Amino acid sequence: MIVCITARAAGTEAPVEQRFGRAPYFVFVDTETGKSESVENPLVDAAGGVGPRAAQVLSEHGATVLITGQVGGNAARALGTGGIKAYAYRGSGSVADALAAYTAGNLQPIPLA
Amino acid sequence: MKIAIASGKGGTGKSTVAANLAYTIARSRDVVLVDCDVEEPNLHLFFPAPAVDVPVTTPVPEIDPDRCTLCGECGRFCRFGALAVVKDCVLTFPHLCHSCGGCTLVCPQGAIREVPRTIGRVACSRPLPRLVLVSGILNEGEVQAPAVIRAAKMFAEGHPLILYDASPGIACPVIETLEGSDFCLLVTESTPFGLHDLRLAVEVAETLGIPAGIVINRSDGEDAATVAFAQEHNLPILMTIPFSREIAAVQNRGGLIGRDLPGWEERFMDLFTGVSP
Repeated sequence: MIVCITARAAGTEAPVEQRFGRAPYFVFVDTETGKSESVENPLVDAAGGVGPRAAQVLSEHGATVLITGQVGGNAARALGTGGIKAYAYRGSGSVADALAAYTAGNLQPIPLA
Repeated sequence: MKIAIASGKGGTGKSTVAANLAYTIARSRDVVLVDCDVEEPNLHLFFPAPAVDVPVTTPVPEIDPDRCTLCGECGRFCRFGALAVVKDCVLTFPHLCHSCGGCTLVCPQGAIREVPRTIGRVACSRPLPRLVLVSGILNEGEVQAPAVIRAAKMFAEGHPLILYDASPGIACPVIETLEGSDFCLLVTESTPFGLHDLRLAVEVAETLGIPAGIVINRSDGEDAATVAFAQEHNLPILMTIPFSREIAAVQNRGGLIGRDLPGWEERFMDLFTGVSP
């Protein structure tokens, strides 16, 4: 399973970013192999419509779980349709911390349309 | 001739000037008044009359699922996020679409065609024998004001005398309104905000190469800064409307000072003479 965590920088030690579409980095972690890939988000400074576009980036990387602070309405619809489940991490920890909290079952799902 | 009424700052009296100017002109000749403030049109309040509505549509993408291979090109291309390819389907977000048509061009399968979507309407009425009112109305939640402004202006096209009432600000809707105008009346008020935004509006008119003149509204008599600015930019001050309770009272009940207060029809006629060569 591939989990995407929104982050302020590359790598699993980077702090989690609360925004989804405008997160500076998407960190994709394969929970089977433990390998991670950090993808710079080209949409950080985009004018608008970042939610659906970010959802497509996740879909293209095969993610089925998203961990972030919150998602907007358009993003929620795109994620929901794409079969990607979203979970809220509101702490100030790292990508690794957020993933650990998710694995421990401590994160609340974000309702998607 | 096409005369645009703009301001920069909101609430300076664009619609007051536009409505009274239109009323005054319509006393002696045919004129079309176009309400280009499509996010908040209000000229119909001065000129209540039965109107005919025509919908305004804009093209948005429709996907043919039989041809689509989910390659994702359209979603990567669209900078407005109006399409997203997720898992096994292409999602469209029509309200985010700016109708550029790019998705139909980049789709390697020819699976995207454009279909019309209603985003507003144009209301046409004839409140006075010699006045036609064309109001552009953008539906709530929509963003494509310029498309509705274009449609409203098109309805008036070809008429010898047209007044365009612009929205406040200097963004796309105002540019769209000013485009093709022969003259721009800039309505300001004698406040620091009025002057600040007048400065911006003058820059827009200059950039577009449209001759402009100034109307000072709600003047408290202390207009020295505005007058100095006008001189600096070689802009004529074509009219000054005083800050008066009597005028406000007429305005508040939806009246027209050119019709309801003595002397103002002549002053608005003078304004028109000052604008038209």
